Amino acid sequence: MHPIFRNTTSLGAYLGLWTILAAAMAALIRIPTDLTWSQALSAAVPLCLFYAFVCLTPWYLCRAFPLGTQRVTRLIVNQLAAAILACSLWIAVTRLLAYALDLGPRLNPAIPQLIVVGLMLYLTSIALHYALLAVEASREAALQTRDAELRALKSQINPHFLFNSLNSISALTSADPVRAREMCVLLSDFLRKTLGLGERESITWREELELARTYLGVEQVRFGSRLRVEMQVDDACSECQVPPLVLQPLIENAIKHGIATMVDGGIVRLQGHVENGKLSVRVENSFDPEAPSPRRHGLGLRNVRSRLQTRFGDAARLNLAAEHDRFSAEMIFPCNKLNS
Amino acid sequence: MKLRAIIVDDEELARQILHEYLEKAGDVEIVAECANGFEAVKAAGELRPDLVFLDIQMPKLDGFEVLELMDPSVAVIFVTAYDQYAMKAFDAAAVDYLLKPFSTERLGKALERARALLSDPQPRSLQASDLAAAARPPGQALERVVVKDGTKVHIIPIGKLDYVEAQDDYIALHSEKKQYLKQQTISSIEAQLDPARFARIHRSYIVNLERIARIEPYTKDSRVAVLQDGSQLAVSRSGYTRLKELLGENI
Repeated sequence: MHPIFRNTTSLGAYLGLWTILAAAMAALIRIPTDLTWSQALSAAVPLCLFYAFVCLTPWYLCRAFPLGTQRVTRLIVNQLAAAILACSLWIAVTRLLAYALDLGPRLNPAIPQLIVVGLMLYLTSIALHYALLAVEASREAALQTRDAELRALKSQINPHFLFNSLNSISALTSADPVRAREMCVLLSDFLRKTLGLGERESITWREELELARTYLGVEQVRFGSRLRVEMQVDDACSECQVPPLVLQPLIENAIKHGIATMVDGGIVRLQGHVENGKLSVRVENSFDPEAPSPRRHGLGLRNVRSRLQTRFGDAARLNLAAEHDRFSAEMIFPCNKLNS
Repeated sequence: MKLRAIIVDDEELARQILHEYLEKAGDVEIVAECANGFEAVKAAGELRPDLVFLDIQMPKLDGFEVLELMDPSVAVIFVTAYDQYAMKAFDAAAVDYLLKPFSTERLGKALERARALLSDPQPRSLQASDLAAAARPPGQALERVVVKDGTKVHIIPIGKLDYVEAQDDYIALHSEKKQYLKQQTISSIEAQLDPARFARIHRSYIVNLERIARIEPYTKDSRVAVLQDGSQLAVSRSGYTRLKELLGENI
């Protein structure tokens, strides 16, 4: 169903527009013919109302032949054929009306003008429909982006992480008060940093990395010697703009499905560098392939993929690979810098 | 009477705080501290504790799998940070649990309940394996089965399970030409297996659909399923109807 039928206001405005067009059409008809105003109007009004509905058909046509998915020549041929068909209908109805109004051949001199106007109106309608579809698509894309971002942020501060960290603090309070206090500061740092990210579209890689460092610092207290972190990150990446918390799920996964599954723990290796204007980030961890089945697996990674997709389209990639007892996630996306 | 307790948690600090609280409580003797599921099963078998504090997410075996492999007379208190499905399951089964971080008072209450339970043993309202199933997120089928053979723990991934056979109060799990016994009813494991991969073909048999080589007539009314490894399993009339639904007419 055409969106114009969704509410009566838009339908009314549309038909109103066509009534004005009908008046103009009547004036046009009168130029080469000797019809009176009332005769011209009684032909033009039904003709235009009929054509008003014909001009809604590009809605289906434009969706069937979206721009940019096929060759331009084919598109033009298809749409022109549709316009010629519509225009033929328009002329046929004109002749029918002339017959019904008993005008005989008196309307005939206006036919060439009517053909031109009919074609133009239909082609205009096609153009407007493509514009309408583009607006709808961009609105949809914006909604999807926001949804993905919101989901990402919501799923971020994972309750399991939070409560386990608080439990570590509780344990340290009596055994090692100094470390307990350090842990409080680390956890607060992490929470404060993530809280401020909700409103921002992009942050620098430096900030993102700092967040990951804080997070790993908290987890280091929980896991002790079981967690070993290696970082090799180029300074050249620092100013790249990245979606906030895009690295976070990869690190969280490495801990939850990696280090936490191993009795003796393992290494989380984080690498980052810029190559050909693209930021490449790789998170690698060891894991136990025979570990109890993880719950909620892959949600975080799916989220990262959809956020990269909405932000960068085909220019971004997320590659996942599990080999023997090592898992790696690699994301590559354009490194855009803010011009200062 | 001093309670003999085992602490099971993969995080050292989490064990440490339980240790500290329990020492303060006074009438609990900590007989072992374990950092993973295997150790826990072994320690529980050898030391026969009264009480086990059990973390859920751990390396090797998770808390539920440990519970399945432990003597049901042991009182268990789960200790977890956050797990919405597990918490629901504990509530339903009246199993006590502590949420990290917890207070000494809350731990005191849990100890009281454990004492009451130990002095007046009540049969668990849910079998351990059913509790594990209730704690899984909805729609997630069992992915592996754990069984204990003496002190050894076997893990059978679901893909390697050929068929399950009912034997009185036990089930025999057949996998790669070996057989493992487990105390569980066949209906209980049937409810946990993915119905698209396993079918109950008889009162006593559940079969992995991928293992069926062919179905042969046996008597006028009954059939046998021949598996790829040559095993023959009886197929009841309703079992055959079910198989036809799952595999189509060409079986």
